[in-house]
Amino acid sequence: MQRRDARLGLLYSAPLSLFLLLTFLAPILLVAAFSTMPEKVFNLSQAPDFSAYRTVLAQGYWKSVAWSLFMALAATLILLVVCWPLAYGMAKVFKRFTLVLTIGVVMTLFVSENIRLFGWVLTLMKGGLIEGYWRHWTGTGFDAPLYNGPIIVFGLVYVYLPFMLFPLAQGISMVPDDARQAAYDLGATRWQILREIDLPLAMPGIMVGSLLTFVLAAGAMAESKLLGGRAIITIADEVQTAFTYGQNWPLGAALAMVLIAIIGTVAIWAISKADLDKMMGGKS
Amino acid sequence: MKTSRFATFLLVLYGLLILGFLYLPLVSVGLASISKARYLSFPIRKYAYGWYEEALTSDTVRDLLVVSLKVAGVVTILSMIIGFFGALAFARYNWRFRKTYQKLILLPIFFPQTVLGLALLMWFNALGIIPSWKTAIVAHLVWIAPIATLVVSIRAFSFDAALEEAARDMGANQWQTLREVTIPLLMPGVTSAGLFAFLLSWGNFPLSLFSTGADSTLPEWLFAKMVSGYSPLVPTVGTLTVATSAILVILALLLAWAIRKLRPAT
Repeated sequence: MQRRDARLGLLYSAPLSLFLLLTFLAPILLVAAFSTMPEKVFNLSQAPDFSAYRTVLAQGYWKSVAWSLFMALAATLILLVVCWPLAYGMAKVFKRFTLVLTIGVVMTLFVSENIRLFGWVLTLMKGGLIEGYWRHWTGTGFDAPLYNGPIIVFGLVYVYLPFMLFPLAQGISMVPDDARQAAYDLGATRWQILREIDLPLAMPGIMVGSLLTFVLAAGAMAESKLLGGRAIITIADEVQTAFTYGQNWPLGAALAMVLIAIIGTVAIWAISKADLDKMMGGKS
Repeated sequence: MKTSRFATFLLVLYGLLILGFLYLPLVSVGLASISKARYLSFPIRKYAYGWYEEALTSDTVRDLLVVSLKVAGVVTILSMIIGFFGALAFARYNWRFRKTYQKLILLPIFFPQTVLGLALLMWFNALGIIPSWKTAIVAHLVWIAPIATLVVSIRAFSFDAALEEAARDMGANQWQTLREVTIPLLMPGVTSAGLFAFLLSWGNFPLSLFSTGADSTLPEWLFAKMVSGYSPLVPTVGTLTVATSAILVILALLLAWAIRKLRPAT
């Protein structure tokens, strides 16, 4: 039986593994190879000279990297605070409402990010849903809070909310009620319970949610383009510009490698910590 | 330590506020689509449905719809097949590299999609493949097939291995076991995975952007129109694509509910 398991496991994993080998690993290796080429070439026949990486360092692209990471971090921290009460409610308080919230939040994931961000533009612009009605009722208008840095973070918070909410709710549901009850009986305040019981015991969920949000937000660019009016240019945007308008594949590849290195390190570290059998199947 | 009624009330209120926050931009898009004015400004003075008529009879929109449906349709079928086998390897069988496999297939989900699209464009170029809606299927699958696998896996984890053993003990061969036991048991998971795959492919923009070549999907067209200035067709077509997803989800939920209601009776 064990030998059959070993054989069938390997056999059934083959379609997905082979597919990803050819369409995920191979393209990344190709990007890695291109990043070492002299700038502005479109094939791999030249001798590698790593000049694109020197350009990355010399041209101030580190600013885009730093901004992307900073905005991703800000969005992650804001989401942690915003999602905590709701995740707590979903895990411990609500009954039927948890299902309503789950379906309601998951459904937004199926709507193109573009349309949702465009909807925010229509909501926030001058003469948009909020300002238009405000002026209609009060007679005084105000400037649209669009096309700046903070609105990009707002966009990230909006788009990646589900990726924080669900892992957090999963984490909080693993905090045993007995432990909270015992702390309460021993005279702990609500704040002490949060700090000493809830936060440490829900830590796996907090980590998964935070890392997921951070990694996705660090590679984002639609928020900056649509809401931020490119007030801050993200690293993913720089990669795209180098490939398209710049017609500089090696530079784009080098920038992509920087982004892949950062995201890959965080993601691989996070994934290596997770026990998927336990998280998904309840088995240990 | 029960949560007080008042605290529960506040939490429910907070939940409703968050839902409102998530859906507010879609309300704006919906309202904009029925405004008569060519240049949108709230409050809307005159309502009209003319833009819908124009969108539904437009040849451009029909071509976009065909491309989007072709891509999402093929992605759905392939994701269901790959996800079915992928999930058995993920959750059901104990084999040597299972833990490694479980982790590696998660990586594409975290990967920045625009960069993945560009990397695939270079890869297709190196292989001499001209991008079209067919290459978009590949690009979507890199991201969606792992997600489909995870969705089926949730079902596969609750799979009772003894059922397969029993079938085999009674003389079923491998193919019969698969057909009579494994596939029917995992079918609900495979169906959910198909629904996820269709909806994610239907709404995806960043992967399509560089992988469709001369063809264009609905989200791509919407983005191009959004950045090149306001057109009343954008909220209209946007609302139509959102409505398509919503109707699919509602149908699926109703179907799941009906099946659960009917099952005890049979």
